[in-house]
Amino acid sequence: MEEEANSLQELLPHLFRQEYAKMTAVLCRHFGLKHIEIAEDIASETFLKASENWAINGIPKKPAAWLYTVARNKTKDYFKHLSIFESQIKNELSTGKIQEEQQFEFDNQHIADSQLAMIFAVCNPANSAEAQICLALQILCGFSVEEIANAFLAKPETIKKRLLRARTNLRNDSFQLNSLTETDIKSRVETVLKTLYLLFNEGYFSKTNNQLIRKELCSEAVRLTLMLIENPLTNTPKSNALLALMCFQSSRLDARINNKGEAIVYEQQDKKLWDKSLMERGNYYLVNAFDGNEISKYHLEAGIAYWHTTPDDESKWQHILQLYDQLMLMESSPVIALNRIFAFAKVYGNEKAISEAEKLNPNESNYYHQLLGYLYADQDIEKAISHYGQAIKLTKSKTEKQTLTKEIERLYNKKTSH
Amino acid sequence: MKEFALIFRINDINFKPSPEQMQERMNWLAGIVAQNKLVDKGNTLLPIPGSAMSVHADNVVTDGPYTEIKEFISGYIIVKTDTIEEAVELAKSNPIFKIGGNIEVRELLKLS
Repeated sequence: MEEEANSLQELLPHLFRQEYAKMTAVLCRHFGLKHIEIAEDIASETFLKASENWAINGIPKKPAAWLYTVARNKTKDYFKHLSIFESQIKNELSTGKIQEEQQFEFDNQHIADSQLAMIFAVCNPANSAEAQICLALQILCGFSVEEIANAFLAKPETIKKRLLRARTNLRNDSFQLNSLTETDIKSRVETVLKTLYLLFNEGYFSKTNNQLIRKELCSEAVRLTLMLIENPLTNTPKSNALLALMCFQSSRLDARINNKGEAIVYEQQDKKLWDKSLMERGNYYLVNAFDGNEISKYHLEAGIAYWHTTPDDESKWQHILQLYDQLMLMESSPVIALNRIFAFAKVYGNEKAISEAEKLNPNESNYYHQLLGYLYADQDIEKAISHYGQAIKLTKSKTEKQTLTKEIERLYNKKTSH
Repeated sequence: MKEFALIFRINDINFKPSPEQMQERMNWLAGIVAQNKLVDKGNTLLPIPGSAMSVHADNVVTDGPYTEIKEFISGYIIVKTDTIEEAVELAKSNPIFKIGGNIEVRELLKLS
């Protein structure tokens, strides 16, 4: 009995995460975005009923099917109440238009279509990128406000407010979930890709130390991008490039953190911990991405990420540098410029890279000082330590602070041993 | 940049690549893609009877690929590089050599 209760405690959050978002998408497609709360209520009630019922009767053989049957019945009940309400208290209150009850199914194709439509609904350019990510985590991934706040290192109140505003925009949007058209897709696909890209980066370069949250954000971004690949309308070279990028980066997730939770820099990672199957999946999507003439920033970043999965040889950094050069032309940002200089140093040596870096002079960037610290490490330890020191002052990330402090210690030891 | 066709030939008509071999080929292709040197990932050509016919003069049609020599073409891709030497370098790391195949590198005639 106790064993059963334990497995229920393990199963339910997992199922909830997995099925709640799907169920909401299907129901919402039925009700329309305006009534997303009804969809969420029915989904929540369904899970509540499951937790009560399963604790007494045990877990059914097919938990997901059980959930969908309950959801379907609750929807029917809802419409029954609604029609009584409408016929008896007609014209008293305006309820907005809700689709007449139709037979709707929870089959796999329907679920996939609904979720895809929901991705496009959530990635509404009317909301800020940050708000879109929060909304995606809540509606598409079934995260609680608490969990989102943890991932962003923000107060739950802040996240709640952000979600509230975003949801108002979502409800008032005339976006039609039941007929995702080519025009809808064309007008929003850029925003969708960008939001998924940022969602992944939120996990990969997360502010939080919690490895579990980081991995979850990354795997959710991969799952949602995979949904784009699975639909012919959204299976574009760009989506493939983005997914390739995510696969390559994800392959190193386990190698980036040691068992004490500290970050390990790329060069010191145990390559045996890199996930070969993810790298190979990345290769597959990368080849698909270059089917055509289009080159986007996702293509270039995926290309760079590809080279990071290959062993060091003389040509590797030249390829990376070339890709960074192209990327700079397409979208120059301080981070890209600094990463380019790292690659530049690998090809032309630290000394030349230092004079390149000093041309940039991005004030108050901790990455700038990290880079200079790295470049000076072999030439001028004093300067290296001073730059690392400035980087520590500027970074907000605990992990980064730890890594940099360790690096300074290493340099001190090197200096005194000479 | 010039464009080159890499034409793959193998000699075992019954050869079916294992998933590992297919993955190895994909990994090789990804390396070319990541250098932005792939123009067209081409096609695999089936050699088996029913999917291959050879047409000769005087309406002579034979089953299977045209194999005067023992090898037959199994597929092709198109890459772009500055020189033919670079294209040859790309070809060298293809896993086809492990199964006794070879690669012909041919510059494409570009009408400009």
